[in-house]
Amino acid sequence: MSNKTINNRAWWLVTPVVLLVAFNALIPLMTVVNYSVQETFGDNVFFWEGVRWFEEVLHSERFHASLLRQLSFTGIILLIEIPLGVAIALTMPKKGVWVSVCLVLMALPLLIPWNVVGAMWNIFALPEIGLLGKMINGLGIDYNFTRQPLAAWFTTILMDVWHWTSLVTLLAYAGLCSIPEAYYQAARIDGASRWAVFRFIQLPKMKRVLTIAILLRFMDSFMIYTEPFVLTGGGPGNSTTFLSIDLVKIALGQFDLGPAAAMSLIYFLIILVLSWIFYTLMMRNEEQ
Amino acid sequence: MKHVKWLPPTLYILFLLLPIYWLVTMSFKTTNEILGGFSLWPQEFTLRNYVTIFTDRSWYVGYLNSITYVTINTLISVTVALPAAYAFSRYRFLGDKHLFFWLLTNRMAPPAVFALPFFQLYSAVGLFDTPIAVALAHALFNVPLAVWILEGFMSGVPKELDETAFVDGYSFWRFFIKIFLPTIAAGIGVAMFFCFMFSWVELLLAKTLTSVDAKPIAAIMTKTASTSGYELGLLAAAGTLTIIPGAFVIWFVRNNIAKGFALGRV
Amino acid sequence: MAKITLDKIRHSYSAELMRAGDWALKEMDVTWSDGGAYALLGPSGCGKTTLLNIISGLLIPTEGRVLFDDVDVTDLPSDQRHIAQVFQFPVVYDTMTVYDNLAFPLRNRGMPADKIRERVHEIAQMLDLQGSLKRRASGLTADGKQKISLGRGLVRPDVNVIMFDEPLTVIDPHLKWLLRSKLKELHQQVGATMIYVTHDQTEALTFADKVVVMHEGVVVQIGTPVELFERPNHTFVGHFIGSPGMNLLACDLREGKPTIDGHPLEVSAPFTPPDTGVQLQIGIRPEFVKLSREGLAVDIVKVNDVGRYRIVEARYQRQAIKLVVPEDEAIPADRAHILFDPAHTHLYADHWILT
Repeated sequence: MSNKTINNRAWWLVTPVVLLVAFNALIPLMTVVNYSVQETFGDNVFFWEGVRWFEEVLHSERFHASLLRQLSFTGIILLIEIPLGVAIALTMPKKGVWVSVCLVLMALPLLIPWNVVGAMWNIFALPEIGLLGKMINGLGIDYNFTRQPLAAWFTTILMDVWHWTSLVTLLAYAGLCSIPEAYYQAARIDGASRWAVFRFIQLPKMKRVLTIAILLRFMDSFMIYTEPFVLTGGGPGNSTTFLSIDLVKIALGQFDLGPAAAMSLIYFLIILVLSWIFYTLMMRNEEQ
Repeated sequence: MKHVKWLPPTLYILFLLLPIYWLVTMSFKTTNEILGGFSLWPQEFTLRNYVTIFTDRSWYVGYLNSITYVTINTLISVTVALPAAYAFSRYRFLGDKHLFFWLLTNRMAPPAVFALPFFQLYSAVGLFDTPIAVALAHALFNVPLAVWILEGFMSGVPKELDETAFVDGYSFWRFFIKIFLPTIAAGIGVAMFFCFMFSWVELLLAKTLTSVDAKPIAAIMTKTASTSGYELGLLAAAGTLTIIPGAFVIWFVRNNIAKGFALGRV
Repeated sequence: MAKITLDKIRHSYSAELMRAGDWALKEMDVTWSDGGAYALLGPSGCGKTTLLNIISGLLIPTEGRVLFDDVDVTDLPSDQRHIAQVFQFPVVYDTMTVYDNLAFPLRNRGMPADKIRERVHEIAQMLDLQGSLKRRASGLTADGKQKISLGRGLVRPDVNVIMFDEPLTVIDPHLKWLLRSKLKELHQQVGATMIYVTHDQTEALTFADKVVVMHEGVVVQIGTPVELFERPNHTFVGHFIGSPGMNLLACDLREGKPTIDGHPLEVSAPFTPPDTGVQLQIGIRPEFVKLSREGLAVDIVKVNDVGRYRIVEARYQRQAIKLVVPEDEAIPADRAHILFDPAHTHLYADHWILT
């Protein structure tokens, strides 16, 4: 890292990226900022509103509820997917034909379009015709995710675990594969227990990929829209209306551009700040 | 301990395959059978759903649209990311760290936030309802990702390679294309894989930026499901077909997948 | 402390390789006496690491037994064999301090904390690590890390044997020498058996009392450095050890005498003639070939001055011969006669020594 040469002409090399991303990021962002401080009644007539929309969003119970749902959802799926993904990576074969088979099958959910994931789980979990719904009801539990909020949450979380645990597994597995055999041999000679091998060899060596995994899962689950929208439509009631779903409802459903724009900015800011805090904590931990 | 070690991955894979199995089974059932009762496999096996998709232009054109914009996006993202990743991995320049962080923040932008402004932007420049619009919009999150992955792989290549080539009289671009790119071929493959993946699975932006001519298959599917009542068999068949390109791509990169997820530097 | 016996050991990495007759280790019987300093020398891929891992219990041999003091330990796991091993690349537990690294094997064996402290400080002193006990192990240089991995072995009071698998590979050249003399010093201090794997003959010859030379899965000779030099058991040893290596000249027998292209030679001792059809070679080290007025008439091809002496490349008929000539001796320009010292002229049949 430190032996890089200083060369400001390197800017020429990054110019295409900057132009492309700026076109995509800055212009829309400016539009959003523009809307967030104005009121419109159509026909491109705008009135200056200052920070009114921001105050409104920050004080709205609806926003608080969505944010709380979002935080709970992200927290729960992180608590399930990270340990589960690591545990599966630990039990995966290290070599042989089964490695490819495992990897290919595990990566499959990652490459299915998100609304197909939602539709697939909808069909899978419907109480009358779905395999999952039928099985749960067969156990004597009354289950219908289109009517019961708890069942809707359970299905949404199960779907996300199904969809994304493999990402954690693949990252963790890549980290594990990079550990030289000598570490395990040394641990055997030192008389280390299975737990000690995990705690002092595998976990430290997986740290970098796990940071990436947690960051990616945090960001992506915080932006989740398509899968729960197709699965539950945000219901029953508003029980699975996460931030993105709520935002689209306000912006495209009610066409309340001002509040939607203000909410967008607050939303984006929350992700940035949380990611940044998380990233700094992980890095500080690393330096110690 | 040893003899149960294969159990967790096997159970997990079984769990992964169950919903897929259900989707595939349903695609071979008739609408009557689906709504009429519960069956673990098709009682009257039918290919009608697939025939419909492959003969009705409004269906299969969706696949072509999706593949078109995914391909364009992958090519654009990786092409512009390559020189930038080289700059980040080899040089320090004014504002480099801030620039890198700013790029990554775009990976954190919720598509829901950008859907409406994108719609207005691409309508204004006359690209609305073209594959290019979707490809460019997806570049918002794919370019930062590609830069990040490629930077990791490039940092793994010793600087001496560049220096030797320059001493041997190679011009920058000749070195870059003839020597450097072949060296990080695996990294380029991995970056393309990820770009393909995220462009193929994203739907919110793709749906917002298209209406008729460039509509992706996944969007057509949702529309059909809601407008023509409960054609679940057709929906399942279309869904099954969207899994195939992904499966094909994974099979293609299966040997590099573990290395690829380590993102080049371990 | 223990004597280690390898009893008819054979090893193959898979059943398929075994069926193809591809053994990583061919059958061998080797005894390592208690407290010896051994070097295991051979080129890459000759089976050194395999042999080492069999002794340490990381590998279970396909056939044969491993005995520690006549107790069969073939199926005993590594942690119960009282062995220590230092690997090619330093293995340290990154998240622990140097102190915790050294204490780790003792804690795993449930030693009381005050005993641990005592042992760790003692070993740290031996290895000059007292100053960095509180530091994170990941922050140390490569040689510091190798010291820690060595320390984790030494710290256990019951170690029978310490094994080194090319431990200086990643160490800077000027530190290699320091670390190597440290090892020698420790050997005298601790008294444990040490087995040092390397492909570098200088490292092997300076470290060891006895050198075990391996070639293609076979132990070809065990001996002191002098024995390996003066009487190589196998042409590989002659060729691999020494710089330049031993001259090997194709020969045949005439009237019971080894003859090179019609020129009869005296060898070190009488021998029983081998069966016909075997490949016969004369082996003589360049140090024991002398310029002379009589003897084999050779063409001088090239003279290399390497400082204290010169290496002369000569040619007799179609065979190349090298000889070492002292600085002050005159060398004829193109033709010369050479004599072989009979006491150091050996005869090899199919690469193994006859005399």
